[in-house]
Amino acid sequence: MNSLKPTRFISAILFTAIPISAILGLVFAAAFAAPASAQDVPELGPKTHIVIKPMESHIGNVTGHAAAAKSDYRRYCAGCHGDFGDSNGENTVWLDPKPRDFTIATFKCRSTPTGTLPTDEDLFNTIGRGLTNSNMPIWNHFTRQQRADLVAYIKIFSPRWEKEKAGEPIKIPDEPPVTMESIAHGKALFTKLECWKCHGPHGEGDGPSAATLTDSKDNPIRPYNFAAGGNDSRFKCGNTNQDIYKIFMTGVDGTPMPSFADVIQPNDAWDLVHFLRTLQVNRHGKENEVLSAAHGVIPPYVDKQNTNPAPAAPAENKPPGGGN
Amino acid sequence: MKAHYKRFAVIACTLLMLGFGLLYSTRKTLNVSAAATGGITGTIKLDGTPPRQKPIDMAKEPNCAKAHASNPVTTEAVVVGPKGGLKWVVVYISEGLDAATASQVPSVKPTWDQKGCQYIPHVMSLDVNQHFEVANSDPHSHNIHPMPKPNGANHEWNRSQPPGTPPFDQVWAGEEIAIPVKCNIHPWMHGYMAVVKGPTAVTDENGSYTINNLPPGNYTVTAWQEEYGRQSLKVTVAAGKPATADFTYKAK
Repeated sequence: MNSLKPTRFISAILFTAIPISAILGLVFAAAFAAPASAQDVPELGPKTHIVIKPMESHIGNVTGHAAAAKSDYRRYCAGCHGDFGDSNGENTVWLDPKPRDFTIATFKCRSTPTGTLPTDEDLFNTIGRGLTNSNMPIWNHFTRQQRADLVAYIKIFSPRWEKEKAGEPIKIPDEPPVTMESIAHGKALFTKLECWKCHGPHGEGDGPSAATLTDSKDNPIRPYNFAAGGNDSRFKCGNTNQDIYKIFMTGVDGTPMPSFADVIQPNDAWDLVHFLRTLQVNRHGKENEVLSAAHGVIPPYVDKQNTNPAPAAPAENKPPGGGN
Repeated sequence: MKAHYKRFAVIACTLLMLGFGLLYSTRKTLNVSAAATGGITGTIKLDGTPPRQKPIDMAKEPNCAKAHASNPVTTEAVVVGPKGGLKWVVVYISEGLDAATASQVPSVKPTWDQKGCQYIPHVMSLDVNQHFEVANSDPHSHNIHPMPKPNGANHEWNRSQPPGTPPFDQVWAGEEIAIPVKCNIHPWMHGYMAVVKGPTAVTDENGSYTINNLPPGNYTVTAWQEEYGRQSLKVTVAAGKPATADFTYKAK
């Protein structure tokens, strides 16, 4: 009945189709082979390999080598920071804030002035400490050698590391004792320097400019909320008083947080550190002890050295509610 | 195979020659004369209806809202004067500078002021390594945050400048047209610093500019506008009166 069985039909098609496509393929190959070889078409498409430059890092007596960190980087870092250090790892779309882009060599946590490269130690500490309020975990289970190797590896991604040295770390004087006078002066600075414009009058990250802040890649970013968290609350770049000092004096590059090194005297900076600690309302510390001994009232600051006090800032220029 | 290759080469050569010929013939060449050192002047115009500039609401900074209460400010991406002159266009010499002129750094120290929550000027052109001052004339803080492109000679920095702070002295290490500058506290504040080698100028509200201190010679003059990009002209500067190079941008 059926003159053409299904199996025979398919084999008939295959028998005619294969020779035809083979002939067509040969014709096309012949037509395109000559121009292709004559033109020298540049290789396109995504980068397929990374050149591991012989970068080094020096952390105390440990020397890190980039080549030694290759497998650690691929296993632990590339998922977010990307194989090419460009912050395009497979997890990146899900992350906020975005991972650091090592190809532009701008770093948040530095002991060096704004615009300069961080020291090896700065990067080493960042890896060990992680970045709070982000997806960067604490990598303190790595050995010192592993972390030093990773610091060296980070340097292969930007030519800046071959052309420049790290900045000169800022000088931090010894911390003076925590007194109410110091806290009161810190509070006056918090108002005068307008930290509250972003961080809010009570340091809750809700200042008038907070909503419009973006990082240097135009991603929205939030100012630090000092009041959140308890006894274990941490800052992005550490949790000691020295770390807080460094954060506002050097700035957090790549974010809206500027450097205040040009405008705060070193000892005044310690007063600001002491006041900032009182904004961490749920944290037990020397600063909050001094504050609660005074029943939580910070007296207005009186400048004893300056006989000609600066005129008070205009009324519009004070935080609504006036802080603590 | 060989025939294919030959035919391809002939066609490619013809096309290339035609292309270069076309490029050359459309470039204007202006021949004028100047003194021992000459200069270039010109007017830059916008052809068409300029895009509407958005009004800026400064309510978040009462000092500034008050300062502009009688004359509200708008964005400054395209500023056109009464006669169609385009303001804030950077003009510089992109080709033809001799090494001595290119490496001369002017001793003039321009000021980049923050006043009424605006950058004064909105666009500034500078020489590589020319010192400039960042000042704050406002009764409140600004943070000054230039963002050069990554991995060049210039690097991003971000400094706080509270009221009453003495001006900061700054330089840029490499050519870059142009470095965007912003203030994170006042997100409407935008400006550009163009860093070039050799003499340069920025157009005024009439769209006019004057570039001085150019030795006689053949130059390519380039204009850069933040919305419309670059345009170039060939100019011959000779002894006598300054050469002229006028540009016209088409409104988008």
